[in-house]
Amino acid sequence: MKNGSAYVSMRDITKIFGTVLATDGMNLDVEKGEIHALLGENGAGKSTLMNMLSGIYIPDSGHIFIDNQERKFSSPRDAINAGVGMIHQHFKLVDILTALENILLGQRKGFLLQKKEQEIEIRKIMEKFHLEVDLKKYVYEMSVGEKQNLEILKTLYRGARVLILDEPTAVLTPQETVVLFRIMRRMKEQGCAVIFISHKMNEVMEIADRVTVLRKGQTIDTLKKEETNPQELTELMVGRPIDLSIKRLARVTDERVLKVSNLRALNEEGIEVLKGIKFDLCAGEILGVAGIAGSGQKELCEALAGLYPIKEGEILFKGEDLAGKNPKEFISRGISMSFIPEDRLGMGLVASMDMVDNILLKQYHHTKGIFVQRKPAATKAKEIIKKLDVQTPGIDHPIKNLSGGNIQKVLLGRELDSQPELLITAYPVRGLDINTCLKIYDILNEEKKKGVAILYIAEDLDSLLGLCDRIMVISNGEITGIVDARKATKEQLGAMMLGKKEDDYAV
Amino acid sequence: MQFRLVKKPEITQRQYTVIILTAIALALLTSGLFILLLGLNPIQVYLAMLNGAFGSTYRLEQTIIVAIPLVIISLGIAVAFKMKFWNIGAEGQVIMGAFFASYLALNYQDAPKPLLLLGMLAAGFLGGGLWGLIPAFFKARWGTNETIVTLMMNYIALKWITYLQYGPWKDPNSMGFPKIPNFTANAILPNFLGVHLGWVIALILVVIMYFFMNHSKKGFEIAVLGESLNTARYAGVNIFRTILFSMFISGGICGLAGMIQASAVGNTLSVEVAGGVGYTAIITAWLGALKAPWIVLVSVLFAALVQGSSYIQSAFGISAASASLIQAMILFFVLGSDFFTKYKVVFGSEFLTRGKEARE
Ligand SMILES: Nc1ncnc2c1ncn2[C@@H]1O[C@H](COP(=O)(O)OP(=O)(O)OP(=O)(O)O)[C@@H](O)[C@H]1O
Ligand SMILES: [Mg+2]
Repeated sequence: MKNGSAYVSMRDITKIFGTVLATDGMNLDVEKGEIHALLGENGAGKSTLMNMLSGIYIPDSGHIFIDNQERKFSSPRDAINAGVGMIHQHFKLVDILTALENILLGQRKGFLLQKKEQEIEIRKIMEKFHLEVDLKKYVYEMSVGEKQNLEILKTLYRGARVLILDEPTAVLTPQETVVLFRIMRRMKEQGCAVIFISHKMNEVMEIADRVTVLRKGQTIDTLKKEETNPQELTELMVGRPIDLSIKRLARVTDERVLKVSNLRALNEEGIEVLKGIKFDLCAGEILGVAGIAGSGQKELCEALAGLYPIKEGEILFKGEDLAGKNPKEFISRGISMSFIPEDRLGMGLVASMDMVDNILLKQYHHTKGIFVQRKPAATKAKEIIKKLDVQTPGIDHPIKNLSGGNIQKVLLGRELDSQPELLITAYPVRGLDINTCLKIYDILNEEKKKGVAILYIAEDLDSLLGLCDRIMVISNGEITGIVDARKATKEQLGAMMLGKKEDDYAV
Repeated sequence: MQFRLVKKPEITQRQYTVIILTAIALALLTSGLFILLLGLNPIQVYLAMLNGAFGSTYRLEQTIIVAIPLVIISLGIAVAFKMKFWNIGAEGQVIMGAFFASYLALNYQDAPKPLLLLGMLAAGFLGGGLWGLIPAFFKARWGTNETIVTLMMNYIALKWITYLQYGPWKDPNSMGFPKIPNFTANAILPNFLGVHLGWVIALILVVIMYFFMNHSKKGFEIAVLGESLNTARYAGVNIFRTILFSMFISGGICGLAGMIQASAVGNTLSVEVAGGVGYTAIITAWLGALKAPWIVLVSVLFAALVQGSSYIQSAFGISAASASLIQAMILFFVLGSDFFTKYKVVFGSEFLTRGKEARE
């Protein structure tokens, strides 16, 4: 079979994992000089399809054409040699090497011999694509955004003309996203084909030229951006009409559950990362926390769960000061904290274990005796699968084989299941598709109705404004204000995130 | 022809079995060629190896005696390895276990036998456990590299016994020969069904460790910690305590083996008490996939290989070096196959030279 004229053409691609039909005869055409977005629910098969284009997986059947020539890739190296490179969500960089060393690593050409020459070549590419990377910097000193730029540079240097970015923005701050988009546009101008995966509709509408929608392993349609809108795309993705608005429930009580005052904490270098945090939280309230990434959100979450050492301050939970207690005591009092890290796994879940053992992780403290009891955990696992519609072959399947979004549903399902009185949840919708996001908001609202106090840390201002009762803004370890979410505006929050204190909040 | 290695995503149970069986077949084939070179019939030699390992009650017993420390130490190592704590220090933990037990054996000779033996078992566990605690503490507190610390501590343990053997504990009645006095009958593990009681202890340990690793809370915490430190923290696991605890268990089990070897096999403490079994057990623990039942199987097979190859030396007049070579070849293939369960080899590639062009 010969394809038409598209630069990249994937035809009838099928891939089966055990019993899971991950892609079922998918088709995709991408042209040179376009940014092509892939949209689809969690588990639709986006990553799998792209992994086949970049040589990580081998399709069970189907054909891949690059520039009208059929290709069979058996490794990422084959793919990059054919000009296809992928930027994964989990970076593949060596921490203890510099940017330059990382780029040169694993090259077939002499490593030391032509280092100078290669550096010149790398700088040319940086100039061509307006990429800014400090080649002398060590990877462990880099922010997520810098690492991503480095990955892009590495891939371009290896000769990629087709660039696949799998959910690149899920881990970026809005500012970093702006930079990334600039680079992507530049790649497009230089005649590259860019494939972009994202769950954020506004990003897709901003940057894409064409959009291909996938659903449950099948290609549904490819549309020009100008000829479609978010509503239509969402309906294609989900397969039925859907209401995109976020609901906010009225508060039921005024009973105060948590009162934090003058909370201070130092990091390992002795720098103050929490500078006198002070707020309170009521039963049945959702208090949002907004802030630029790295402003102290993680430290705050961990401190409120007993995982981060506190220098001074009080954490009054239902009248009892928990400051200085160990994590188990926080858990046993009904405080549940889940933090979805940038790489999703790693904090809270064990990738190589199945759902049962991952659920057991939160339960085994509560049972008596020295043995663990897997039966109740297995029952819970089945409940969570049903309640959150987790796509998995079974409860004894290692969770690392689940799609990103589904892994997260397992985590959230487990946290909610422990029937917390205080639920701290950071970035719970990171990497989730729209429909699942809405489902998560519904679940949080349900908990709120039950009287659970919820601290909701997020990046996305729309969801903060739509879901929360109040929003607390944190900047550089300090609270710059707590505002009523019904009245606040994005501009106001943005200014506070950059450090502008609310008038009535100047301490 | 050009070839290169590609990491495999994940292999199924069937592929795994195929790879292992292929490895064994290849091992038999190549060492068969070698045996042919020696002018012998490979089939006969292989049969003789089996015969040497299992052919009579006596030989079977000898094989079991070799297998006992392998099983026990592998179980101990498995605890640490499950936590991804690379305990290379089993050898030293065996030695220190033997040392603690010997202290009782030499100083309380007149104690009632059951009491003395139980005391020695406890002392053996304690000795190995404490020796294992040291690197655990360093790791948990300062993040030192446990591989190096545990390895170095083996030499310290060994030198300590050398010192005792040539110095304070030297047998005054040995006419200047550097040797620690033999234990009295009270301190020697009795036989049961032909082999010293160590095999019963080993089997009991297998059952205990199976339940400990798979069904106990501590075992679960160890596995979680091994997979991800952060996840363990979030789940409220006390990292410091868990590292110390599991290394105490790991070292303690190795120490038990030390007590058994000193009491039942050496009948005294000597620098030979571990004799490298602490290193061999790393192989058997790994090949047994850190799982108790598999460890038993692998250890017995390993012991059979050792016994079989020593048997063919006398049976066919093969030199010790040649016998070791056959043993090594078999091991080489089986261990090597582990590699092929993780990587595959790709021959040639039509795109290898296109990288440069594509960039232009
Ligand atoms: N290695 C694997 N083994 C088994 N099943 C897998 C594997 N990789 C993916 N799957 C399954 O294939 C399906 C598609 O997964 P894929 O990762 O492609 O989804 P996705 O569209 O990228 O989703 P997300 O938006 O959540 O990242 C999922 O049901 C997933 O569980
Ligand atoms: Mg994905």
